Amino acid sequence: MTRHRGRGIASINYPIGMNLGGDPSQALVHSNPSGKFTVALSSIDLGQGMKSVTRQICAETLGVPVEDVYVDTADSDTGPHCMGSFASRGTHRVGNAVMAAAREARGVMMEAAAEELEVNAADLETDGGGNIHVKGAPHRSISTKDVAIAAQFKQGKTISGRGIFLVPLSDVDPETGEMSPATCYAHACLVAEVDVDDETGEVAMVRMDSAYELGRALNPRLVEQQLVGGAWMGVSHALYETPEPYYPDPIHGPRDFVEYLMPGPGDICPHDIAVLERPAPDGPFGAKGPGEMCANPVLPAVANAIFNAVGVRIDDLPITPEKVLRAIKAQGGARPQPRR
Amino acid sequence: MSKIPLQFRHNGRDVAIFVDGGTNLLVALRELIGDMTPKFGCGQGGCGTCSVLIDGELHLSCLTLAETVTGRSIETLDGMKQGPNLHPLQRAFADNFAAQCGYCTPGMLMAAKALLDRNPSPSRDEVIEAISGNICRCTGYEPIINAILAVAGGRASA
Repeated sequence: MTRHRGRGIASINYPIGMNLGGDPSQALVHSNPSGKFTVALSSIDLGQGMKSVTRQICAETLGVPVEDVYVDTADSDTGPHCMGSFASRGTHRVGNAVMAAAREARGVMMEAAAEELEVNAADLETDGGGNIHVKGAPHRSISTKDVAIAAQFKQGKTISGRGIFLVPLSDVDPETGEMSPATCYAHACLVAEVDVDDETGEVAMVRMDSAYELGRALNPRLVEQQLVGGAWMGVSHALYETPEPYYPDPIHGPRDFVEYLMPGPGDICPHDIAVLERPAPDGPFGAKGPGEMCANPVLPAVANAIFNAVGVRIDDLPITPEKVLRAIKAQGGARPQPRR
Repeated sequence: MSKIPLQFRHNGRDVAIFVDGGTNLLVALRELIGDMTPKFGCGQGGCGTCSVLIDGELHLSCLTLAETVTGRSIETLDGMKQGPNLHPLQRAFADNFAAQCGYCTPGMLMAAKALLDRNPSPSRDEVIEAISGNICRCTGYEPIINAILAVAGGRASA
């Protein structure tokens, strides 16, 4: 009776968003007379940071400080249509819509500034600090606040923009069945190390090492947070969580958090993550999105690590101690595989 | 059923309410005091997000009869902030990205405060032990553990 160490690897190719119905999202951007901007969305931030990232995208596109942008989300009464927060689509789809809206608003803002400075709008640039000036002549300058006031009270212009991102629908080739279900793919590889106890069937996570290629990380700390936390959702799916442990028989279903298991603080292990940034051609500032993919490679990597440790191949989730133990007994004992 | 009068300290302030027999402390705090910081998660002690301090000790408010806190001092997340300033633990949670959806955060902060109040320089294992009654879905616990250790380290070096 002993604990066996095993190592498993998995790679994934993850499509960002989906193709159904073109997967559209819309955004509206407008300035207030104070020179601050509001982004109206109905997209929902569940905590992954979509509000922060769309705020950054809007500020960068407008050329104003990030503090000058407010993102109003999660209400379909006040924001334009969004397909939803799923399929890792928020940064890519909503971000592209925000970028388009901010670009249109920037056009109006520059025209309004040009009128005030009596120059051609093409000769103007933003300094990112809340000012617009003539290229090469920073003293010929006006603040975005003064531009907003002039547009509102003098010129009678709304500094606003509309944006939508819609994926061209991909038809199925009748000859080959070929289609392009997504425009943008992210990639990841994860190595999991586990200890499997051949007496109890328990699997303990020892460490994880991963590499994620997800376009440009617009907010590296949020990306890291998503990858660190999401990996444990993957472990949870791999080893713990199920509403019907004997599916399709509904017996012994969990009734509370004592029976519906999730990793606790004592179950976690070190996880070393490398983020590889290869900008996506159709992403906002090259971003793809780390949403769901943070959990995906963990499941096959853990299943492979268990095989490597004791030689049993479990293809039914979650991989509970009971399943591991039954499989070890069925093959007449643990059969550790060679470590690679 | 007649109401039961109840007096206790809530974040340093004396409060008096009437509760039905059998009311739990979480309901009393949220519905009668109006302190919405302790969250209702599972309602049976399995998740930890309703955690509060009773006379400095960590308790699950959903499993505590309101009647039992007469004359005692209750601390919730609502009382953690010092005036306009965040508590060092709140600051560390923000700096370490220790919250995503935020639903477990009130309980995590109270569990962390209970730990640091009695043990200002805990080890990593002691931090893990202290928050082991609290479930987090989003963060994988690592940023939460780091945030608590950051406060402990900051105090130790100060």
